[in-house]
Amino acid sequence: MKMSSWGRLSAEEHRVLTLSRDRLNAISSSQKPGLAYGMGRSYGDVCLNPGNTLWDTHQLDHFIEFDAKTGMLSCEAGVLLGEIQKIMIPRGWMLPVSPGTQFVTLGGAIANDIHGKNHHRFGSFGDHVFSLSLLRTDGQIIECSLDKNSNWFSATIGGVGLTGLITQACIQLRPVSGPWFQSESIAYSSLKDFFQLADDSERDWEYTVSWVDCYSKHKGRGIFVRGNQSDHDSPYVFPKKLHVPFTPPISLINRFSLPLFNALYYHRLAKKRGLEFIDYEPFLYPLDNILEWNRIYGTHGFFQYQCVIPRAQGLESITEMLNQISASTEGSFLSVLKTFGQRDALGMISFPKPGVTLALDFPNKGSSTLKLLTRLDSIVQAAQGRIYLAKDTRMSKALFMQGYPRLGEFLKYKDPGISSALSRRLMETE
Amino acid sequence: MKMQSKTRTVIVSATSCIAQECARLWVIEKDAELILVGRDRSRTESVAQDLRVRAPQASIEVMETNFEDPQAIQTLADTIASTGKIDRVLIAQGILPQQADCQQDLNISYNTLMIDAVSPALFAEAFVGHLQKNNHGTLALLGSVAGDRARKSMYTYGSAKALLEHFARGLQHRCAHSKVKVVLIKPGPTNTPMTTHLEIKGIKFASANRVAKDIVSAMNRGKLVVYTPKIWFAIMTIIRIIPSFIFNKMNL
Repeated sequence: MKMSSWGRLSAEEHRVLTLSRDRLNAISSSQKPGLAYGMGRSYGDVCLNPGNTLWDTHQLDHFIEFDAKTGMLSCEAGVLLGEIQKIMIPRGWMLPVSPGTQFVTLGGAIANDIHGKNHHRFGSFGDHVFSLSLLRTDGQIIECSLDKNSNWFSATIGGVGLTGLITQACIQLRPVSGPWFQSESIAYSSLKDFFQLADDSERDWEYTVSWVDCYSKHKGRGIFVRGNQSDHDSPYVFPKKLHVPFTPPISLINRFSLPLFNALYYHRLAKKRGLEFIDYEPFLYPLDNILEWNRIYGTHGFFQYQCVIPRAQGLESITEMLNQISASTEGSFLSVLKTFGQRDALGMISFPKPGVTLALDFPNKGSSTLKLLTRLDSIVQAAQGRIYLAKDTRMSKALFMQGYPRLGEFLKYKDPGISSALSRRLMETE
Repeated sequence: MKMQSKTRTVIVSATSCIAQECARLWVIEKDAELILVGRDRSRTESVAQDLRVRAPQASIEVMETNFEDPQAIQTLADTIASTGKIDRVLIAQGILPQQADCQQDLNISYNTLMIDAVSPALFAEAFVGHLQKNNHGTLALLGSVAGDRARKSMYTYGSAKALLEHFARGLQHRCAHSKVKVVLIKPGPTNTPMTTHLEIKGIKFASANRVAKDIVSAMNRGKLVVYTPKIWFAIMTIIRIIPSFIFNKMNL
């Protein structure tokens, strides 16, 4: 079956094997190396394994146990984060860390050690995993947590699915009073202002994020959004979700539309600045309201690029990156800038680390896009930054090794019966 | 007599993927009582566990029975009926082997005809009598679009589903003057463990959740026959009217 990731850059043949609770041992009988595949929401090649097997985990979607006193939830790895939110929020519990989409599986959230807008307060997803079960392709089951098989635990969190199949996990939810957030949007005109806003907000605001304009005339301006849980109480009406019904032949995000989109976006958000009450869905998952939004980039797909830069080099490097982008004809619309908190992630090859993270997306225009990304790479490399594996398809081995210094330690835990396009590209020695 | 407040739903073959999705929709209803019937207690119990986390206030019971034993099926239906009025019955068992295997091994053929046709028909027969006694309740059987016209790549399964269709239509006729409703659901290709070995070019498999939503709504409305997704009604209408001399030359 032809399989793609969310960036839609490739559609190559895979053998897809749907796992179920009774057929987990099927991962041992495969002759070719396999890889767990949940919702395919990572952008690059981390969830692909062309020519080999993908273990589709969507049937592993059972809840196992919930303790309403402590907020500990056990479930199978294919359960969607959105399903957890939908069921648990009315009961006063919420996922402490959530990415920009709720259409990802629990296993995917652990394997990519995903982060959200509240990293400075809550860290990444792995910080809230109490324990997990790992099934190796040799049939061995490894139960791990911070106290038990802790090396396996920190190799598997953020381990991009390479240490074994995560079959189930126990996570700690956080108590909340309801689905509402109080959010504030503030327009800023330069990157300096962004850093100032971020520093000023981190103490009193749990969630901070910003959208930054990459278009040359206004580059560096943006909208800073901060939010807190709220005990606001009113019924919430779920809006009808929109749907991109087909893939247009060319990207709808292009150099003609981009300045317009950016201006519209900026002024729309700048106009509604101030405090408002907002439900968790539009606050945490704004893009989920447009189903299959990845189609707007046309048939060639798009590149996501997300890096983290240490804080000391942050302003200088991000400025340089925006300069490079605006000097090129590539444009990024969904450009997100956020500061990470002062904490290292648990996982050996987790992405988050102290600093500032910039996420960009570029319609795939072939070599010109790749050239720009290589120029961005050198800025990241010079600043001792790293690139997010869940979004990558093309970084160099050198940048990877520099960005992930614990790689050697991690590789000891890699399952020889598992591979991904990413592991073959970056972790195999020729 | 004290009014029964709970809505009692019996789900036969509760471990099947589509049945689980229906159960997840029913369990969050107010005052839900689900009786999950399975061939294997521990597998059915894990489905119950999932539902209990989703809806701790619901009442969920697990029962085990032999799906091929008429006496066991009758006893099970009698036992459930004796403890209260039944509001809904969903009969969901099904297997889909490769046609070639059915041709080479009569045991596989036998099993397919048994699990896809005989067993659900017996369950339906056993429950519909109880529904009629109360003049109340809705029973749903899972047919298939494959039952609309037999073809070389799936005729054992397809003919079993065709039997279920006629069985359902017979029950509908029998219950026409009562308040008992019998619903025949015909899903198109659905993304479940049963269909993992299938790959039909150009056809997008529906999600089990989508099919379940259609089943729940069809049962609420008491529809006689429902194709899910709806597009399959149009597709099968065309496929049914293709003359045999053309159809038999097609590679389907």
